[in-house]
Amino acid sequence: MYPADFDYVRATSAQEAVDLLAQNADSVLLAGGHSLIPMLKLRLTHPARLIDIGRVDEIRGVCEKDSTLRVGSLTTHNEIASSEIVQSQCRFLAEAAGKIGDPQVRNKGTIGGNIAHADPASDLPAVLVAVGATVHLLGPDGNRSIAAGDFFTGLLTTAKAPGEIITEIEIPACCEEGFGCAYLKVEHPASGYAVCGAAARVKMDGGTCAAASLAFNGVTPVVFNAWSDGSPLAGGPADDAAIDAAIDELAIDEPMGDIHASGEYRVALARAYGKRALKAARDRS
Amino acid sequence: MGVRINLEVNGESYEREVEPRQLLVYFLREELGLTGTNVGCETSLCGACTILVDGQAIKACTQLAVQADGSSITTIEGLATNGDYHPLQQAFWDCHGLQCGFCTPGMIMAAADLLQRDSSPSETEVRQALKGNLCRCTGYHNIVRSVMTAAEGGS
Ligand SMILES: Cc1cc2nc3c(=O)[nH]c(=O)nc-3n(C[C@H](O)[C@H](O)[C@H](O)COP(=O)(O)OP(=O)(O)OC[C@H]3O[C@@H](n4cnc5c(N)ncnc54)[C@H](O)[C@@H]3O)c2cc1C
Ligand code: FES
Ligand code: FES
Repeated sequence: MYPADFDYVRATSAQEAVDLLAQNADSVLLAGGHSLIPMLKLRLTHPARLIDIGRVDEIRGVCEKDSTLRVGSLTTHNEIASSEIVQSQCRFLAEAAGKIGDPQVRNKGTIGGNIAHADPASDLPAVLVAVGATVHLLGPDGNRSIAAGDFFTGLLTTAKAPGEIITEIEIPACCEEGFGCAYLKVEHPASGYAVCGAAARVKMDGGTCAAASLAFNGVTPVVFNAWSDGSPLAGGPADDAAIDAAIDELAIDEPMGDIHASGEYRVALARAYGKRALKAARDRS
Repeated sequence: MGVRINLEVNGESYEREVEPRQLLVYFLREELGLTGTNVGCETSLCGACTILVDGQAIKACTQLAVQADGSSITTIEGLATNGDYHPLQQAFWDCHGLQCGFCTPGMIMAAADLLQRDSSPSETEVRQALKGNLCRCTGYHNIVRSVMTAAEGGS
């Protein structure tokens, strides 16, 4: 299985990658290659040129600044899962990254490639939506930012323009006093991709829930943000009965169904794992 | 259009011109003649093609040779020193960690990545580290035993 022929060029900075993209419209960025190379091999895509950003160190790594986490787009799943900053500041992102595929995949795949590819069975989108992350992009007209909730627009489709590169993902410090979060996943036994992944974040103030967010991977063609207009748990006790009731009332329309799992089954998984993820997040708060 | 790459494989430097679309595993096997690294699924699922690139286990069927320019690579051929088996190779022999042997180079390279990070892993950690490697013969028990034995007797 060989990809069709293409030209190859290596970018040394994010700006150079943008300039190279502008030169030739039939170019695509290559990061870890763990979504792109399989697509090239299957000849589902055949760009004239690959622009390898794999060595652009300025967009790689995790740091903490002004109580936000900044994750470079080229940071690998393994680097995220094993980062002490991510583990302590955004535990469910570390959990989700650590559940991707297998160790070899996590050594190559990057967060930028994962969200740019926007596979509905990916693990990172729901976490980024639930935590309220911001995606930073660089394009021919300079920098721009998009809320994660607006970034994923459809199956394998995002709000990123073709000439743009994702530089960084900004995440509000999530594990502060009172906050708890959890990512739970039912994985496909062969590929490891999410059949259903539930990302939950809960803020408790004494015995009262101050806020809660919940998003799912793998259930609908684009990451499903359960409570974009505010959680029904807010203002209540967020005990098991309240969580069960809130999830039982949740409408999950137009789920995906395929040979691995029917839409009905995915919704049933989402309800079960949504409840468990919320309870785990509450217990960690 | 060929691209010139420089890389180190098992301690030896190579300079070659490659087609950008050439997969790293075929570069190793066909260009350098290092056929110890196997190709099973070719779709990043079986792990037979696992090698270390700059110390990290990766699947060489899902990396382009051009991406490895400037890298240092270790394949199964690079593990033995002066004719002595690496502790993992010896343990796979001693514990019957292989039957047909097709998965073995990949299993050993994935285990080598684990043991260099954690010299005394638990059985669960060994199984997690080998999650990306399939074996159709052994049923895995002896593979896990081999890795545990290599860790205990370790280098
Ligand atoms: C066997 C296997 C199992 C997997 N299992 C899982 C799993 O369980 N969960 C999961 O979430 N994922 C899984 N993946 C996918 C994996 O996480 C991919 O690595 C990831 O989706 C893509 O990241 P990448 O760096 O490899 O991107 P690439 O393959 O290099 O690129 C993918 C796409 O993103 C674009 N792109 C890359 N970086 C940028 C950037 N900085 N800015 C703009 N565009 C960019 C590319 O142009 C391309 O279109 C699996 C993959 C494999 C091969
Ligand atoms: S041949 Fe590379 S993973 Fe199977
Ligand atoms: S020994 Fe035959 S595939 Fe593992």
